[in-house]
Amino acid sequence: MIRLTVNGKEQELDVDPQTPLLWVLREQLRLTGTKFGCGMAQCGACTVHVNGTAQRSCVTPLAAVQGQQITTIEGLAPSEDELHPLQQAWIDEQVPQCGYCQSGQLMSAASLLASNANPSDEEINAAMQGNICRCGMYGRIKKAINRVAGVGYFDPARGEV
Amino acid sequence: MGKWTRRAFITTGVVAGGGFAIGVALRPGHRAPELASLVTEEGESLVNVWVKLDQNNVTTVIVPHSEMGQGAQTVLAQMLADEMDADWDLVRFEEAPPSPEYANYLLGYGIIGDAEVPKALVPTFDGLMLQVAKSMAMQITGGSLSIRSTGQYGMRIAGAAARQMLIEAAADTWQVPAAEIRTEASHLIHAASNRRAPYAEFAPLAAQMSPPQTPDLKSVDDFKMIGHDVQRLDIPSKVDGSAQFAMDVQVPDMVYATVQRSPVFGGEIAKLDDSAARKVPGVIDVLKVAGNKGEDAFSGKQNIGDSVAVVAEGYWQAKQGLAAVAVEWKNFGQDAMGSEEIFAQFDRDITAGVERGNDRVQGDVKAALDNAAQVVEAEYRVPYLAHACMEPMNATALVRDGQCEIWIGCQNPLGFRAAVAAALGFEPEQVTLHNHFMGGGFGRRSNPDYAVQAALVAAQVQRPVQLIWSREEDIRQDHYRPAVRSRFRGTIDANGDVASWENTYVDKHEPAEAPLIPYAVGSQDIGYVASPTNIPFGPWRSVDHTQHGFFTESFIDELAAAKDVDPYEFRAQLLRDKPRHLAVLNKAAEEAGWDQPLASGRGRGIALQESFGTLVAEVVEVTVTDGDVKVDRIVAAVDPGLAVSPDGLKAQIESGIIYGLSAAMFGEVSIENGAVAQSNFHDYQILRMNDAPVIETHVINSGGPVGGAGEPGTPAVAPALANAIYNATGSRVRQLPLKNYDLKFRIKESDEVA
Repeated sequence: MIRLTVNGKEQELDVDPQTPLLWVLREQLRLTGTKFGCGMAQCGACTVHVNGTAQRSCVTPLAAVQGQQITTIEGLAPSEDELHPLQQAWIDEQVPQCGYCQSGQLMSAASLLASNANPSDEEINAAMQGNICRCGMYGRIKKAINRVAGVGYFDPARGEV
Repeated sequence: MGKWTRRAFITTGVVAGGGFAIGVALRPGHRAPELASLVTEEGESLVNVWVKLDQNNVTTVIVPHSEMGQGAQTVLAQMLADEMDADWDLVRFEEAPPSPEYANYLLGYGIIGDAEVPKALVPTFDGLMLQVAKSMAMQITGGSLSIRSTGQYGMRIAGAAARQMLIEAAADTWQVPAAEIRTEASHLIHAASNRRAPYAEFAPLAAQMSPPQTPDLKSVDDFKMIGHDVQRLDIPSKVDGSAQFAMDVQVPDMVYATVQRSPVFGGEIAKLDDSAARKVPGVIDVLKVAGNKGEDAFSGKQNIGDSVAVVAEGYWQAKQGLAAVAVEWKNFGQDAMGSEEIFAQFDRDITAGVERGNDRVQGDVKAALDNAAQVVEAEYRVPYLAHACMEPMNATALVRDGQCEIWIGCQNPLGFRAAVAAALGFEPEQVTLHNHFMGGGFGRRSNPDYAVQAALVAAQVQRPVQLIWSREEDIRQDHYRPAVRSRFRGTIDANGDVASWENTYVDKHEPAEAPLIPYAVGSQDIGYVASPTNIPFGPWRSVDHTQHGFFTESFIDELAAAKDVDPYEFRAQLLRDKPRHLAVLNKAAEEAGWDQPLASGRGRGIALQESFGTLVAEVVEVTVTDGDVKVDRIVAAVDPGLAVSPDGLKAQIESGIIYGLSAAMFGEVSIENGAVAQSNFHDYQILRMNDAPVIETHVINSGGPVGGAGEPGTPAVAPALANAIYNATGSRVRQLPLKNYDLKFRIKESDEVA
């Protein structure tokens, strides 16, 4: 049995501990907002937060996150009827095209802003270059991040604005 | 809705709960002869568009196009809502079910011109263009056609008809002249008697009325939504993880599978040892799946090999199981092929020129050559490219009791349904297809191979199976953008004018006009030779325009350089009789500051390509430092006739540019020993944020016919990039991708295009 907390909820899982977190989230916990893109930490579609920090769930064995706090895209917003400021910025800038990579993009961006509220252009590039967008919406993603940068935001790891 | 029974173009019906529905249909005897000719037999019908209005005053637009990211569903709903004067907050959309009634006749049968419809996008599964309405299997999203065909010929008409009928119904009830009633935000208003009522109040009455067969359409000045920005309806679900892609489907009792198809195309299983795989915990079964060597409309004879599938309790277990399978493939000698052999074959075939087909032959090329003051020759090549959609190919299928249910994201639901049925030996009616958002399409999801494979696995398992391809499988089993080699010779006469243009390339696909040039060159000889390979290929964003755009817009630049003339001025001179082309060219140059000097090591390039009815000129600015190329800025000027959704168009142009730039800089699928050498994003590199330039898009609404949006941004970027590098370094990039060059050194003529 492996215990971990996902989006604030305790989970107890009877799964091969070597199974990547991605597949446990998608198949056991039915949290399908976290996406499979490459399986080798090359594209960022599977990005989640482990204790508030962006991590690629496709190469993270379940055993490695025993007892940790996991946040997925489904848990990024502060409450059911409220969006994370980045989610709102994504809508305002009309960022997504196909949308498949956007959960991972948002989780990487949220992790960046949680540790650096006013990132420079280079810092945004460095934090986001692990996330591929095949629809090529990099310009809009950057605009949306800058829209939120420096503004108060919800940090799911701390549970406060 | 009942069956369509009348010879009407527009038909109506009552929907449950007292609402009404309008369909724009093609019927035998239609008043427009070109439409009537599409449906010739009694009982035939095509519903191109549906709109439903329910008792809560909600307008539901039923959209016959799939959503792969291009925003088609929103923009089509927007076109309908504008004509209907519907309240945008009360507009919803649904994707049409794959039913022959939604077959996209306008796309398939030339309303917009045969030349613009890539055959790739009409993949009738038996490889023939079928007789209209007999076994039609098209419901296609591709060719940048959603707005141009369905929007212009269906959505606007349905919206206008609905509005007109609601006005008539209100006029009847209120006993006032229809002309005195105006509409606004899903309400009917009669100012003189101070009456205002929601559309829904008159829906039941409207449903009983005869629809107008030629409803009045708004003029451009009256548009409230067309040409204005609205927020995309699908975006909220794409920021909170709730959007449902095919891979997110959960069916009770579902198991998972993953596959490996023969790495050498067309291979068959010679020997299979699954004993170790069956011992992997969670593995349920190991299966063989037959390949397909049948005909395909775009690619001709298919070359799809056998596959091994491992079925397990989860994807991870299936993947581990697959790694434990030992399989020997029978490759029929196809494992001798490699990229260099393929390009050498292209070279031989171009030189031999056997059975050369002509795209355009005019003037007297030989005379031009005899009288030339200057002869310029160049040869270019581009590699195979994978689509690399973010969402790897996948489908969930259940085959039981003579029925197949399939959950998938695809660009052609009807065609897929037909292909799955054929593979199972079913009639199409025995297959139910649920289409989902696509995590990228770009043409890849128009080939049903992954749907067929999932169905064949499910048929053996007798349980719902979610088949997920690994990224490696997705890169190695694509239907690739074809590799092409193209040879040019141009002449400049004693007056300094371009006198002739000769071009021969390998393998003609679609669209037919892709290799043609817009420039005023008197003598032209453009044609192709066949040089088939066994590599599966298919449409890739903007189809043949990406290869030919690179070739022709590079060569015109070379002619300018040979004359020592500014490449922008040179193009402008040759486009003097093409006002729309000239306008986008001028706009791009002006906005980019073409006449502003650049620092040493920096360069600027320009290119122009019309595709899918939209004209695009792009200026690329680069900085080359120690051989490393950084793309700083791209300025695009776009003339789509009318930008129905200006921000949506800009998003598509940005997207098309990044897609094309990624390919130009990094994209290369190479063949080694008959198989694809690349496997994942570490060796099939994709452009990332740190390499993404600033993109500025300028839209020109010229009032011309409405063009496409999804594809036209792509073709001009590769040549504009290559031309910018020439401007910065003096090195002429004649083969892609750019990453294969070391620009620290000047490219020598002898190194070019082996």
